[in-house]
Amino acid sequence: MPLESYLILSALLFTIGVVGVLIRRNAIIIFMCIELMLNAANLAFVAISRSLGEASGQIFVIFVMAVAAAEVAIGLAIIVSVFKHRQTINVDEVNSLRG
Amino acid sequence: MNPEQILFFLFGAVSLVGAIAVISFRHPIYSALSLIVTFFAQAGLFILLGAHFVAAVQVIVYAGAIMVLFLFVIMLLNLGTLSAKGAISGKLKGFAVILGLLLAIEGVYIAVNAINTPEVASAETAATESVNTTTYNIGELLFSKYLLPFEVTSLILLAALIGVIVLVKRESQEENEIQ
Repeated sequence: MPLESYLILSALLFTIGVVGVLIRRNAIIIFMCIELMLNAANLAFVAISRSLGEASGQIFVIFVMAVAAAEVAIGLAIIVSVFKHRQTINVDEVNSLRG
Repeated sequence: MNPEQILFFLFGAVSLVGAIAVISFRHPIYSALSLIVTFFAQAGLFILLGAHFVAAVQVIVYAGAIMVLFLFVIMLLNLGTLSAKGAISGKLKGFAVILGLLLAIEGVYIAVNAINTPEVASAETAATESVNTTTYNIGELLFSKYLLPFEVTSLILLAALIGVIVLVKRESQEENEIQ
């Protein structure tokens, strides 16, 4: 398959992730959509890495995965503590910084 | 249509359907399970691209560890009943759909432009014959050229670990004060 097909698929997946962040108000689903966007970027990295015949792109994918794992751990901990305070994870109802 | 194309369209369609299911299901559990389907389809795409190591890491880290974390939190908070009222107003939703469609059009436009650019096409044909992206190459690069970023990654993970412990610890102290 040519590089462009993978890039188009990656763009579509990224767009679905963006739409999800914009239309959903559930914090956990917003996090999942962020994962979708990171994965779309990973797909583009690997496709371009194959296209250039170089492994550097795949290294960046591994770094992105490490950052994503850290981000999910912190983000879910924040969601759990927000839920304990507010009894909700709807991001429209969590609108003040003061705990 | 050669087998690679068939597999590409199969995995691509599965990942797109999974991604759309993630954002359209009301219940977070179903969204999480759809996300796992998407991750597996993307692992298949990585294998098609010859990135076997990345595909394995995708299944182990994403479909394994990260999604277990998601499912664990969803079940811990028992969100099934709460998320039903999470819908937003129709005007905002229409706005979001328009913005998303614009972004999709931009992405497709850039990709179609890339097809028409001659040097990109020639680079693609020149490179596919000499593929040196095996696990051996990745390991070699990771421990030579990218050694510093690799070590910094461990710092990020350490920071995340400490951050999560601090968040949870402060929470339990406050509970003790209340009691």
